[in-house]
Amino acid sequence: MKTKRNILPGFGISTGFTMTYMSLVVLIPLSAVFLKAASVDWSQFWTTITAPRLMASYRLTLGTSFISACLNAMFGLLVAWVLARYEFPLKRIVDALVDLPFALPTAVAGIALTAIYSQNGWFGRYLEPIGIKVAFTPLGIVVALMFVGLPFVVRNVQPVLEDLDKEIEEAARSLGATRWQTFRLVIVPTILPALLTGFALAFARGLGEYGSVVFISGNLPNTQITSLLINTKLEQYDSAGATAIAVVMLVISFALLLGINLLQARTRRFQEAV
Amino acid sequence: MSIDIKSVSKTFGTFEALKNVSLSVGDAELVALLGPSGSGKTTLLRIIAGLDTPDTGSILLNGDDATNRGAGDRGVGFVFQHYALFRHMTVMENVAFGLRVQPKSIRKSKADIRDRVMTLLKLVQLDWVAQRYPAQLSGGQRQRIALARALAVEPKVLLLDEPFGALDARVRRELRTWLRRLHDEINVSCVFVTHDQEEALEVSDRVAILDSGRIEQVGTPQNVYDNPANPFVYSFLGNVNLFHGRVKEGKATVGDFEVDTPEYRNASDSPAVGYSRPHELELSRERSGNDSLSAVILQIQAVGPNVKLRLKRTESEDILEAEITREKLRELELKTGESVFVKPRLVRVFIADPSETPLNYQI
Amino acid sequence: MESSQQRARAHSENPIVRYLLIGSALLFLAFFLVTPLLTVFIEAFDKGWDAYRAAIVEPDALSSIYLSLMAVAIAVPVNTLFGVAAAWSITKFDFIGKNILVTLVDIPFAVSPIISGLIFVLMFGAQGWIGPWLAEHDIRIIFAVPGIILATMFVTVPFVARELIPHMQAQGREEEEAALVLGATGLQTFFRVTLPNIRWSLMYGIILCTARAMGEFGAVAVVSGHIRGQTNTIPLHVEILYNEYNFVGAFAVASLLTLMAIVTLALKKIVEWKISE
Repeated sequence: MKTKRNILPGFGISTGFTMTYMSLVVLIPLSAVFLKAASVDWSQFWTTITAPRLMASYRLTLGTSFISACLNAMFGLLVAWVLARYEFPLKRIVDALVDLPFALPTAVAGIALTAIYSQNGWFGRYLEPIGIKVAFTPLGIVVALMFVGLPFVVRNVQPVLEDLDKEIEEAARSLGATRWQTFRLVIVPTILPALLTGFALAFARGLGEYGSVVFISGNLPNTQITSLLINTKLEQYDSAGATAIAVVMLVISFALLLGINLLQARTRRFQEAV
Repeated sequence: MSIDIKSVSKTFGTFEALKNVSLSVGDAELVALLGPSGSGKTTLLRIIAGLDTPDTGSILLNGDDATNRGAGDRGVGFVFQHYALFRHMTVMENVAFGLRVQPKSIRKSKADIRDRVMTLLKLVQLDWVAQRYPAQLSGGQRQRIALARALAVEPKVLLLDEPFGALDARVRRELRTWLRRLHDEINVSCVFVTHDQEEALEVSDRVAILDSGRIEQVGTPQNVYDNPANPFVYSFLGNVNLFHGRVKEGKATVGDFEVDTPEYRNASDSPAVGYSRPHELELSRERSGNDSLSAVILQIQAVGPNVKLRLKRTESEDILEAEITREKLRELELKTGESVFVKPRLVRVFIADPSETPLNYQI
Repeated sequence: MESSQQRARAHSENPIVRYLLIGSALLFLAFFLVTPLLTVFIEAFDKGWDAYRAAIVEPDALSSIYLSLMAVAIAVPVNTLFGVAAAWSITKFDFIGKNILVTLVDIPFAVSPIISGLIFVLMFGAQGWIGPWLAEHDIRIIFAVPGIILATMFVTVPFVARELIPHMQAQGREEEEAALVLGATGLQTFFRVTLPNIRWSLMYGIILCTARAMGEFGAVAVVSGHIRGQTNTIPLHVEILYNEYNFVGAFAVASLLTLMAIVTLALKKIVEWKISE
């Protein structure tokens, strides 16, 4: 006897369409990268991805993404804290502003940041004389990645702080904890998963970022991020080389994506437990 | 419309929600599915409605096999535990929904629909909230609107899933009586799920008691209360006191007294348990014959018009719960720490054989 | 919702600490977020209103606007349809592999924009899978408009789905089940019950999708070929002007995208307010 599996209508058509569309637009094109890479001779593949310029780009990309994600974790926590717990004039506008890096196209962010931090820029003209060069240096890349990654941290931590039951804090205080102890022992553990997730998201975003970084980095030998090198290879019609680098980036990205999803699943379970 | 549930089983992953369940509901009957959480009662209700499909077995509606019919084709009305009112529609639009989505060939005119909705709202005494939104109503009001919405398409069976579960005690009692009166007025078969035995016994024509996916007993409220089929049913329908003893050839020796148990006429010497309700225990200061047990009063608690006592038997560590009237308490001048004699007026004996499976009674 | 006063009472940090924290946060945001925003407009109007206007109505700029709008007109409706179908499939049913599907939908987010363009070059480029076949039939995808549209579609796939899925999951299935028992068909249930409940999330997802479609840079840069007046979207046109040291032009065109971003933020606030009602 045939029994229907799901009661609400539209299972077949919605799932079918979803899978078909995903395959056509996302999965098949992505497989092109791996198939092409597979067709390349392994030693050539290895030589390409371990070339000195590329090794330098890995160090640079990973390093700048990591540093900017750390800085974003700090400042993002500060901003999320202030938005979640305090009232002040124009708070609504400030809250909306946090999403600016999400909404602003990366190219616009790129040229704006370059303008600010270059020699004659608003900040650049004060920083360069004292020896802090931002534009066209790795420091500039860090700044650009911070701009792009800030909302990830804030938007992950803010809801957790907002949902933090004030009664839990009051309970801690009634048991004799000082304000600092309450923060350290009660609040921090609660927001730590969200903070980690935000950090991981900002880090992952930083690894692949192109538009906002390419202007401020200036494509100098010591400021070439990995995604830029892919583009360079393509411009030289070396699609095999570009693909090889792409494989490396994709493997890392997918590993991160999986890790982040697992982290988010654990966080959700945490919050539901109460 | 009659409902026949034949040998229905349902498993969710590794959890067996229903194990070979069969039940019949007659035309215009009000039947309660009673049981603890996880007993399968909501699953069974949803299978009748077509919101879940059974793994094996079939559902017959008025004799026709409806197992593969969609939920919208069964002529049932369903009232969800949390009402499931359409939050962005007014009360009027909610109740009219079933009428508005009917195929054009049988759909009523707008005016007729409006009339029917207002009639139903008057029936549930909520015609004055027609333009409000569900969020603006109280729990009890939402429940009645959910009921009106289900009734709008003139279902032949009404299915209610813990209809009063989310309401406070007084509202529950009022709605209970109101549901009974409504059923008598509109004469539609009703099946409702509850975990509250008082509710099931007070409202229904018949009760089906479920545990762990099986039906333990079906009968009228009076019947299941007076003649429980097994210890589970007995314990579920009210507080119990247990007396351990033995049964042999039709006679049970429980503690110091003997009880005739003709249903165990052929039993060889077996361990047994006697069950008594708190209000079936008689307390007295003097021993009255061989069948009194001595006990010490641990605690006396006045609860409304009655008094609950906790006692400890002197011959064993068993705790007993007795319930007597206030007058009786005053008459005996009982105080904590005193010794009294306890005599069960009525003892229900079950053989304490763990492998015995309870019978499925059908009346 | 608690009043702000109640919240303030509970978080009883020292007022000095509070002001310090608020001050530093605002200072940080001002330096970091506001300055780029202001820079765009200040540089754009550096040489006055006429120069600004000229940069925008210049033919190549106009054709870049046209191309961006075309990419939006195709990518956004298609990905909205996808987002709705995916959200319906994921939130209203239980099936094996559902969690994998959810992760799959997020993939374009995880892929670097350059790679998002590379994949289409590998498929449709001169040496690609069907490159030779396309060349035979004189169909241009890479370095032509279709390639840009494909790349834009790829990067904007997750946006609507990601907005809808958590919202629909939180709302549950009971209203749809109730509609079903009342006799509604699948389409009736979707349009009368589900859609009104998700309209604000859907709207916001479409807004985000549009913003990203207009602003995508890396992926489109790879497939476009940078042919002025033909295969440049607005961000690519900005890049060209910038690389030619035409700063006023670059920032003037960029200001259009910035205005779009500001409108996006404002709409988000409105949607949030509507949802909380």
